[in-house]
Amino acid sequence: MKTRVYVTLKHGVLDPQGKAIHHALEGLGFSGINDVRAGKMIELDLAESVSDEDIEAMCRKLLANTVIENFRIEREVHA
Amino acid sequence: MKSAVIVFPGSNCDRDLAVALRDVSGNEPAMVWHRETELPEGLDLITVPGGFSYGDYLRSGAMAANSPIMRAVKKAAEAGTSVLGICNGFQILTEAGLLPGALMRNAELAFVCRDVPLTVENSQSGFTSRYGAGEQIMMPVAHHDGNYTADQETLDRLEGEGRVAFRYAAPVNGSARNIAGILNASGNVLGMMPHPERMIEAAHGCTDGRRLFEGILEALG
Repeated sequence: MKTRVYVTLKHGVLDPQGKAIHHALEGLGFSGINDVRAGKMIELDLAESVSDEDIEAMCRKLLANTVIENFRIEREVHA
Repeated sequence: MKSAVIVFPGSNCDRDLAVALRDVSGNEPAMVWHRETELPEGLDLITVPGGFSYGDYLRSGAMAANSPIMRAVKKAAEAGTSVLGICNGFQILTEAGLLPGALMRNAELAFVCRDVPLTVENSQSGFTSRYGAGEQIMMPVAHHDGNYTADQETLDRLEGEGRVAFRYAAPVNGSARNIAGILNASGNVLGMMPHPERMIEAAHGCTDGRRLFEGILEALG
């Protein structure tokens, strides 16, 4: 089962990569960009038996550094 | 002084560090592979070297912080053994929770590789006793992720408790309050981005790094 983990920098943490992307987009002539924040998406293929708590523990222990990052878990739901 | 250098896949300052330790202490350090689960008996100093452990995958130091040997390093640090993390070693110690905060991508996004002036903020620690308080020294930096970040409360605590060991004399990488190296609360763990092991002998152009190792040797008796 596919699970996606989105890792993003916390609000208030300066994002140098987001800033560089912002400048590059404006350099290309795009306007109206208020802000850019860069993060990462990690896709996990998990057995049905893996619990939400397990995924949360994976995020806290390794996938995100909670000093500077937030994470959001998105589990694929089977109809 | 009995010391060890932890070696991860992608470490590249491990041998420089071993030469510095041998040169200053007269004893050969143990090179400990990251897959080991135990450290040699009776260590006075554990060093975590610079480099690009695990290719900096996920985050600099994140994989190495979860290596089998790091459990033993954490236990030894809690028991009072001195631990020195340099560059990637500093990143690994923050990821492992032995030091607060995190090291983010440099503010200008560029890899910084040059000699920089540092101010010694704390000359009373078991690592820095050979420097004078407020003394300016030179050390090389070579990193992409040296931008030290922590919340205001943590930064205030570090400053208040004298745990900022070194500060960049001028901005280098966007580090909060120009922090270049910090101590843990007990003072037996130091993490720093600059490379003291690269300024050991006259041929290096400067020997300011040597005094760090001499200070450790002296403190350990």
